Amino acid sequence: MAGGVWSERDTTPSAVEEALRQLITEQCARHDAYAPSRVLNLVVVVDREWRGEIMNRLDRVGRYHPSRTILCAVEHGRTTIDATVAITAVDDPKPGELALTRERVVLDLGPRHLERLDTIVDPLVVTDIATVVWSPHGHPEAVDALLHLAQVVLVDSVNEPDSAAAIARARELAGEAYVVDLAWLRSTPWRERVAATFDPAAWRDELGRIDSVTVRHQSQSTIAGLLFCGWLASRLGWQPGSLVAANGSLRGQAHGRRQDVKIELVPDATMSVPGLAGIEIGTASGMRISLYRGPGGLSARRSDRKGRESTWTVLGASRGEAGILGEGIRQALLRDPAYRRALDQAEAMVP
Amino acid sequence: MATVEQQPNPLIEGLERFPVHPTTLVIFGGTGDLAHRKLLPAVYNLAHEGALPERFNLIAVSRSDIPHDDYRQMARESIVKHSRRKPDEQVLDKLLARVRYVPGTFDDDSIYERLDGELREFDEEAGIPFNRVFYLSTAPEFFPVIVGKLGEHGLDQHEGSEVRVVIEKPFGTRRHEALELNRQVLSVLDESQVFRIDHYLGKETVQNMLAFRFANGMFEPIWNRNYIDYVQITAAEDLGIGTRAGYYDKSGALRDLVQNHMLQLLTLLCMEPPVTFSADDVRDEKVKVLHAIKPPEATVRAQYAAGMAEGKMVPAYREEEGVPDDSPTETYAALRLEVDNWRWEGVPIYLRTGKRLARKVTEIAVTLKPVPHLAFEAEGSIGVKPNVLVMAVQPNEGVTISLGAKIPGTRMRIRPVNMEFLYGTAFLSQSPEAYERLLMDAMRGDATLFTRDDEVAEQWRIIDPILERWGSEKDGALPTYLAGSGGPVEAAQLLLDGHAWRTI
Repeated sequence: MAGGVWSERDTTPSAVEEALRQLITEQCARHDAYAPSRVLNLVVVVDREWRGEIMNRLDRVGRYHPSRTILCAVEHGRTTIDATVAITAVDDPKPGELALTRERVVLDLGPRHLERLDTIVDPLVVTDIATVVWSPHGHPEAVDALLHLAQVVLVDSVNEPDSAAAIARARELAGEAYVVDLAWLRSTPWRERVAATFDPAAWRDELGRIDSVTVRHQSQSTIAGLLFCGWLASRLGWQPGSLVAANGSLRGQAHGRRQDVKIELVPDATMSVPGLAGIEIGTASGMRISLYRGPGGLSARRSDRKGRESTWTVLGASRGEAGILGEGIRQALLRDPAYRRALDQAEAMVP
Repeated sequence: MATVEQQPNPLIEGLERFPVHPTTLVIFGGTGDLAHRKLLPAVYNLAHEGALPERFNLIAVSRSDIPHDDYRQMARESIVKHSRRKPDEQVLDKLLARVRYVPGTFDDDSIYERLDGELREFDEEAGIPFNRVFYLSTAPEFFPVIVGKLGEHGLDQHEGSEVRVVIEKPFGTRRHEALELNRQVLSVLDESQVFRIDHYLGKETVQNMLAFRFANGMFEPIWNRNYIDYVQITAAEDLGIGTRAGYYDKSGALRDLVQNHMLQLLTLLCMEPPVTFSADDVRDEKVKVLHAIKPPEATVRAQYAAGMAEGKMVPAYREEEGVPDDSPTETYAALRLEVDNWRWEGVPIYLRTGKRLARKVTEIAVTLKPVPHLAFEAEGSIGVKPNVLVMAVQPNEGVTISLGAKIPGTRMRIRPVNMEFLYGTAFLSQSPEAYERLLMDAMRGDATLFTRDDEVAEQWRIIDPILERWGSEKDGALPTYLAGSGGPVEAAQLLLDGHAWRTI
């Protein structure tokens, strides 16, 4: 890995910006095949003691890396800013080819900087490309300060204390920027598969006959289940009511166009990673569809009212949490209109 | 009987990957080189990403008499060796568990009966008729045989689902062969069922040519004979023929790259904006471009002589293993074409391709006309050059524009500088392999990136007279060029005054 590093204690944003320019110039002078990538800025606000863990996560996102990462590590009691700038290229340039470089700025700063974090970060972002803000350890004041700089806010609703708070915060942010929610992205394969299951002409009409949905989820991922059911409700025209707790689950109903739909969210204590564990959907005509995590993909089962049953595996490798984060960064360049509507419907189901 | 139109699937909004009907892919030539190196790894990578249809089966058909399990093991080894990512064992296990193998020769009725049985079994097990995609990854002489047998055995249609046939290149080796093949294929199948593959069209950068031209208003006003001086399309390879002597010596550079890939690049460059990006609207415009091209008189062919490539001495083409000592096959071809329509009248388009050239590069270079008045000439601005816009397909995928810029100093002296845009620097994702994209398109039924029958016929109409003429020339007329060089000196004869080949 080739590159250059600069660091300074008790520094200023303008000094950091100058160092960035200087390092890029030096890198290009070493070999004209080094090319800075220009896709998006990622501004990350973290607690300093967890800085390494977050940097490791970012290192593992693989091909979906941002071009310039500005990591703001918040240290209790700190009043000055220390900075490190690193320009790296994963590979040395091969003859006739270019080597992409990445830029990482690490700022150690204190809580007092957060309310005006925009004044520190503004000189450091590449202009005219998307800026994404991610604050995995809270610090909402930092996110609020950066909102006018950013087009996209990356959140993980699973990390909020409860579903109501998660939905309220996501809705608040969605009024100011495009929200990419990792909790929503974890449900993408499930949504794709449910859409595919009902896509063949023979089964499309069953969508209108759905009368029960059971979602199993990791214990801390109730919001993921709510978002999934919110998605179904928004797409199929259901009017959901609030769910109530019963025997550790959440249960309730949505008013469908043809019939009411029973909704149940069931925590799965055996699941260690955030997200969904399984989905069961029943229809008034007796069809039952289930999807569960399994080896090599999702284990699927379909049965009809005559008892005919079919099982198969929907192929796909687990993306892992690093893959989900990478997907979140990539989604910052796209627009998914379904999330906001799912969020609105999920709010109606919050107990 | 009146049919009731079904409502669209309301669940697909916002999804990046739309559902694809359950599909069984049948690869004829399942033990062949293409299947091992490209098709099976592409299928695996689609599975890995969760991009395959929700329910998917694979059947390989080939001559080797081996049981299912041996084929699965062979497929596993190919995927491990050639996949662009390290396979996930669980996904691979599950994928291979759905693979079956049917041995036999392609003219043997029994393999189609057995194939029919396997296909029906998959359908019955799922309770739904699967779409069927037959991929003909075989020698071209088997294309009509297989299509004919599919028709005889009723495998060309399947109630409640779609049947599609993917045909690999070469689609004929001469125009009459291509027309006859089209006739035979279309006597069994409808054109909408036929997917003639040209893997160049699956490359992201080639598709980006459409985005570049039709999503950027700044280029359209100059994209015509008033501003463009000439165009060069280059597909140079630094390698020799390797182990492909058997194929290449029959084919040659003109058939191997010009008739298909390079004419595809040309049509994308020259086509009018389509009304929509639907398969037929795009292909209609491409065919119009081909229709406006007369078979060229200005052509050069050559064969590589021994030389030095990557620091090593390499043999001449005729000394390559498997190549006859007196082979007349060209390893280099260059043409000068014109598109005789309002937009392109009088703009020469130079095509060149070759093996064992100085470097591997595929690019389209559009040279604009020089500025009408050189105010800087008095200042000794010998460096003022026309603007050149280069669309690079490989190895770097991107666009370069050369601009005149002032050399720092007190005098007004100009030299060209490059403004480069590299696709990899501006997007987060890597391009998928061309075969992944094209396999999915075939399963989805999207024929935009596949070649239509009239397109093939037009391509051959342009190329056939060149083959005819070259075939009648004596061997002594075949020039040579040093391996590792930029090509034969004779190529310069094609250029009109003031034009020059770009350095390879």
